[in-house]
Amino acid sequence: MKNSKTHKIRWSLIIFITPVLLWLFLLIVFPQLELLKMSFFGTGLPGKANFTFANYAAFFTEPIYWLTFVRTALYSITVTLLVLAISLPLTFYITKIAKIQTQGFLTVVVLIPFWISELIQVYGWMILLRESGILNKFLLSLGIFKQPHELLYNNVTMLMGLVYISMLFMIVPLIGVMQSLDDSLIEAAYDLGAKKITIWKKIIIPYVTPGIMSGSILVFMLVLGSYLTPKLMGGKNALWFTEQIYNSMIIYFNWNQGAAFGFLLLLLSSLIIFVALKITRQDFRKVIK
Amino acid sequence: MIRTLPNSTSYKAAYKLFIVLFFIFLFSPIIVTMVLAFNNSMYPSLPWQGFTWKWFFGKGPDKIGIFHDAANLRSIYSSIHVAITVTILSTIVGTMASFLFEHEDFKFKGTLYFLMLAPLVIPGVILGISILLFANAVGTFFQNVLGIDLQFLGPGYWLVVFGQFSFITTVVTMTVSARLKKFDRTLEDAAYNLGANKFQVIWFITLKYLRPSIAGGAAIAFLMSFQNFNTTLFLVGSNATLPIKLFTQVRDGSTPVINAIAFILILVSSIIAVTTLFTGKKSE
Repeated sequence: MKNSKTHKIRWSLIIFITPVLLWLFLLIVFPQLELLKMSFFGTGLPGKANFTFANYAAFFTEPIYWLTFVRTALYSITVTLLVLAISLPLTFYITKIAKIQTQGFLTVVVLIPFWISELIQVYGWMILLRESGILNKFLLSLGIFKQPHELLYNNVTMLMGLVYISMLFMIVPLIGVMQSLDDSLIEAAYDLGAKKITIWKKIIIPYVTPGIMSGSILVFMLVLGSYLTPKLMGGKNALWFTEQIYNSMIIYFNWNQGAAFGFLLLLLSSLIIFVALKITRQDFRKVIK
Repeated sequence: MIRTLPNSTSYKAAYKLFIVLFFIFLFSPIIVTMVLAFNNSMYPSLPWQGFTWKWFFGKGPDKIGIFHDAANLRSIYSSIHVAITVTILSTIVGTMASFLFEHEDFKFKGTLYFLMLAPLVIPGVILGISILLFANAVGTFFQNVLGIDLQFLGPGYWLVVFGQFSFITTVVTMTVSARLKKFDRTLEDAAYNLGANKFQVIWFITLKYLRPSIAGGAAIAFLMSFQNFNTTLFLVGSNATLPIKLFTQVRDGSTPVINAIAFILILVSSIIAVTTLFTGKKSE
């Protein structure tokens, strides 16, 4: 009985593992290796590919490239922190302060925009904010604006847009961990005379850190890799690094340069996630859950 | 501090204000987009010029509604075509992957699991370009060495499917795994004792138990595929999917026909989302 069972398990292992290996190697591992390889070759004839560091050299010698890179990284970190600052009090309200009856309703309502595509969300902001948009009409009719102002195409609007498209990726994991936080811990601290700030610092934040980390990773990745929002809401001279990749790949048709940029972006995102996990002493597998 | 403890009125009022402002922020772009789909104007803006269905059913000449807009309809068809294939493939492979990681033991399981999660932290743009480069390399190899022209390795339908499949399968795997973790394995043992074989057990017992999460995973897969932009951007051929087609219209400005499309998409995705949420809750 036991022998035949282990024999059968081997068959099922082969059946289950084959498609998974095909998926992960053909669509993830090999393409990433190809990306790395391409980034070290010049744009010669296909048969006569030559090894070179020129694609990376171009990145470091042309300020436009590395400035965009640094800018994209800093903006992504800023957006992640802003999203966290909004999501913490919000999820705390929904799970701990709102009446039990409204809690379920709020959880469902807050999640509806989560399913709406980024393009449509950004489009909504565009018709609200542009010079002939709703907000301008509204503020003009109130007499707050004397003439229409272009509210789109600047850094503040772009930041707001990025916060908007990404914040639900923080709210979802945070609602999860906040719900599992036992109220009696907070009650006990309160009874013993702890101040609000102490309760937040000593009980709530340490408890929800895994949720903060998974939310932050998702938000950071989404913002760093975003193309639509910076392109549609940012200013004309406000390049995002993904746009740089698109330009090299599709407009200049320089796949090797694009590969180098792509690999640098991948390196940056892995590095920042790694550092963030090390600082907060979290495990990647647990954070992603 | 929390609902069971005494709170000052100013604390409660400040919180209420914050929540109200947040929900205005969250819903104003969505509601404005939906309402302006019914404005009888050539521009998606105010002033309100009366209610109309023309952006849905208008036949022209000036106001062409979405149901008569051939170019946008074609892209909707392309998106559905891609999404159905991606949903089927990712649901099957994702379910197999969750069996693999939850019920099987093998060498390097931890490494493979780590690899399975990787698509979540690789930006979609990079998935797109790396698959484009790799498909091109494989295609060139077949062309030069074997003299076979593999058309499906050029930008187009299959590359888009591969690109979306590569990360959507991870999402399906995690959705199905979450439920498989809670599965009581003594049920399987009972079936074995009654003489069932491995595949009967999986088919009649485990898969039946997993059905809600597989349906949920498939719904998420469909929505993610239908709305994907970043990965698709680099892999798309001449048949643009809806998000790609809409992008240029949004950037350059267009008639409220976009609002009509957005209205339908918002409605459909909200319905799918709420249904998934409730069936998921019910089955627990």
